Amino acid sequence: MSSTSALLEIEEIHTSYGKSHILDGVSLKVGRGEVVGLLGRNGVGKSTTLKAVAGLVHPSRGEVRLEGRPITRLPAHRVARLGIGYVPEERRIFPLLTVIENLRTGLDRHGMTTARKRELLEKVYAYFPVLAERRSQAGGTLSGGEQQMLAIARAMMLEPKIILLDEPTEGLMPRMVSQIREIIDVLHRERVAVLLVEQNVPLTLEASQRIYILEKGVVRHHAPAAELRVDDAVIHQYLGV
Amino acid sequence: MDFLHTIPFDQLLIQTINGIVTGMILALVASGLTLIFGIMDVVNFAHGELFMLGAYVGVIVLAATGNFWVALVSASLIIALLGAAIYLTTLRPLLGRDPLTTILATFGASLVLQNYALWQFGPVARKIAEPFTGHFSLFYLDYPWYRLVIALLSAAIIGALWLFLKFGTYGIWIRATTQDRVMAQAMGIPVPWVLTVVFAIGAGMAGASGVLFGPLAGVNPTMGLDWILKAFIVVVVGGMGNLTGSIAAAIFISLLEAYAALWVSPAQAVIVSFVALILTLLFRPTGLFATAPK
Amino acid sequence: MSLLSENASHPDPLPARGEREERAKRGEEQRRQRALIYWTGFSVVLALLVVAPLVLPEFWRRFLTEILIWGLLAMSSDILIGFTGMVSFGHSAFFGLGMYGAAGALLSVEPPDLWLAILYGLVAAAAVAGFVAYFSTRLRDIYFAITTLIFSQIFYVVIFTWTEVTGGENGLTFRRPPLAIPGLFSTPFTSVTMHWFVVAVVTLSYLVLRRITQSPFGMVLQSIRENESRTRAIGYPIERYKIVAVMLSGLFAGLAGVLYAVQNQFAAPDFVFFLVSGETVIYNVIGGIGTLVGPIVGAAFFLLLREGLSRFFTEYYLIPVGLIFIAMVIFMPQGLLGFMRRWLNE
Repeated sequence: MSSTSALLEIEEIHTSYGKSHILDGVSLKVGRGEVVGLLGRNGVGKSTTLKAVAGLVHPSRGEVRLEGRPITRLPAHRVARLGIGYVPEERRIFPLLTVIENLRTGLDRHGMTTARKRELLEKVYAYFPVLAERRSQAGGTLSGGEQQMLAIARAMMLEPKIILLDEPTEGLMPRMVSQIREIIDVLHRERVAVLLVEQNVPLTLEASQRIYILEKGVVRHHAPAAELRVDDAVIHQYLGV
Repeated sequence: MDFLHTIPFDQLLIQTINGIVTGMILALVASGLTLIFGIMDVVNFAHGELFMLGAYVGVIVLAATGNFWVALVSASLIIALLGAAIYLTTLRPLLGRDPLTTILATFGASLVLQNYALWQFGPVARKIAEPFTGHFSLFYLDYPWYRLVIALLSAAIIGALWLFLKFGTYGIWIRATTQDRVMAQAMGIPVPWVLTVVFAIGAGMAGASGVLFGPLAGVNPTMGLDWILKAFIVVVVGGMGNLTGSIAAAIFISLLEAYAALWVSPAQAVIVSFVALILTLLFRPTGLFATAPK
Repeated sequence: MSLLSENASHPDPLPARGEREERAKRGEEQRRQRALIYWTGFSVVLALLVVAPLVLPEFWRRFLTEILIWGLLAMSSDILIGFTGMVSFGHSAFFGLGMYGAAGALLSVEPPDLWLAILYGLVAAAAVAGFVAYFSTRLRDIYFAITTLIFSQIFYVVIFTWTEVTGGENGLTFRRPPLAIPGLFSTPFTSVTMHWFVVAVVTLSYLVLRRITQSPFGMVLQSIRENESRTRAIGYPIERYKIVAVMLSGLFAGLAGVLYAVQNQFAAPDFVFFLVSGETVIYNVIGGIGTLVGPIVGAAFFLLLREGLSRFFTEYYLIPVGLIFIAMVIFMPQGLLGFMRRWLNE
């Protein structure tokens, strides 16, 4: 994968919270349409990395580039409009908005004609029929799995070039976990890149093309997923799994 | 219960209508306040002064054009702009900080605005002429039409706000920002813009209330003080950030005060609203009318 | 970044043993030095205050006395804002009741007795403080601020309308009691001795409050300010501490009210209006919360500014003052003396 075709590039970003450093020089790349997994123990900074890409946290040093263009200092809403979808750890769908209203927060954008909106909506409903069923229900009344689907569908409304998924399978039943796995495949088919943060190592290894392993705010290891599927010594070393 | 018999029924009815009329204006003021609080956790101490300045703009425009409706619209727009200016200069810099700093900042703003009005317009009360004359008979008394119209107008403005929030893209943006500001940003909603606009809308509503209230009691630089207190009470009793709750609470409080005024002086009648606040905080701190959220 | 709490400092990793002893000794040294500087500064300021009335013209003499009285009020409010983290708009009620309590003593008992006035004023203020504390302390932050504001107004309305007892709009006027220790001596106050009396009371109050804030009780209050839920989780009955804090604060605010009544010989409902509470909070923020002395400086700054500006702007001095206040909230939230906070509290 040549660096000129990288969709997303993170270069040596440092972030801090008060006096403690969270990210101490993280660098990684995601290619167009690629699924990249980010693994690591709790608290190493995986979520923070995603937040830095989404523009919700501003690094004190380093650069984030989307299609070669620096987006490090941009406010989060600009970053989203440029094509970065964010699905946070706690899902955080808007609880008092209906499903359709949740979707509209991303759907109602400049340059979207009514026809295109309807098209996009139909496509997403096809992938998530349960959401179509519950379209007039308040987000807060959905089950955990349904909320996760809504969170992902909502991000897809932005027609993003890359979606940042933060622990999408957390707290979900096994049946839902495999549904998430399918959704990641769908995104891959749709040529949407995915940067996946997960505690579920097997799923990540299966779904991703490449893996980065984070430890104490830095990237410690980087390999094709195929390699790590076979050789799990590295996984044991960094994750103790 | 003997004292009830001493109050003539027609007085009771008149006070009821008065209570509803003032209640609707109070609801308009309180809606703006609660909208602002709901979306950005800011208690806008300057809200009463925005109300007062709206009334003054109404006086000036009315004197210039002779048209009440033009005065109403201009006051709303001008005060909305003033609100945006206040937000951008004093509240946006305070965004990440302790919410109590916003009370201090808006308190400072209210001092500045109040004294500005005192300086420019002097302490003598002005009058906004009634938009039209004409009474209808209520028993043996004449009750002015314009009061009812004012109540209807307030209701209409609140209704328009409600519709705006419920349907339409911008309504969704505002509600999303109120529920989760961070995720609203992550969805591409231009949150800084939304916050400014909402503050402006709240301010505009206060300004409109000032013009609507003007014909009832005259316009002076300290009229905001009374109203900010009442508005605070309404917002707390109705449930902070709860729009329908504020409206219900506004009418409730105004009716209480109107009835109390039958027995005691108006200056003392305000105590019933204070008592209502204390009772709410003791027994139902989330608000008397806090059933469903916004 | 919070107005009310400081950033937690990063603890040093544990040094070697010999180094530790070195550090302890150096820390001791530093503390002794700081205490020396502090008490020297304190004595100098005190000396200046005592000498001042002898050299100042009458107007400024009274002005200085008033600064001290408002400073005491602001200092009492600092207990809540600066040390417990509760912004209160109710101080005008405590101040006002102290004032009217004193008025009550001075009007109902002949001959007018200074100590009785103080007693009545303190009792009235404490009663009001207890009442307000009972209702409001279980509320957090903004609700507490609004409730205390409403309570101020309740008392304002009651005092304003209960004309038979409180004189209503016009307030009450009375004679100034003599400075007397019953049985020993009695001499009427001059404006100089009045000033010295106020200096004495305010200084004593400052020392008492300082002692209290440095005591275990004070430490609990500060930990409530820093992190209320953690303090509660450790097991402290937060509500009880808050109630005591409010009453303590109210007591000294009432004392300020008594001093005002004795100094000016009148009591008026205007002082109970919530704007007075607002101005008190302004003194606190301008001077620096959590410093006890800061609010007095804040009061001085504000009143001097008002005096100065009113020469140019006649009645509308509050416009530039308000703008300066807003600017300080945004750019200098720690206030004028905020940087000295740790120094002043050692």
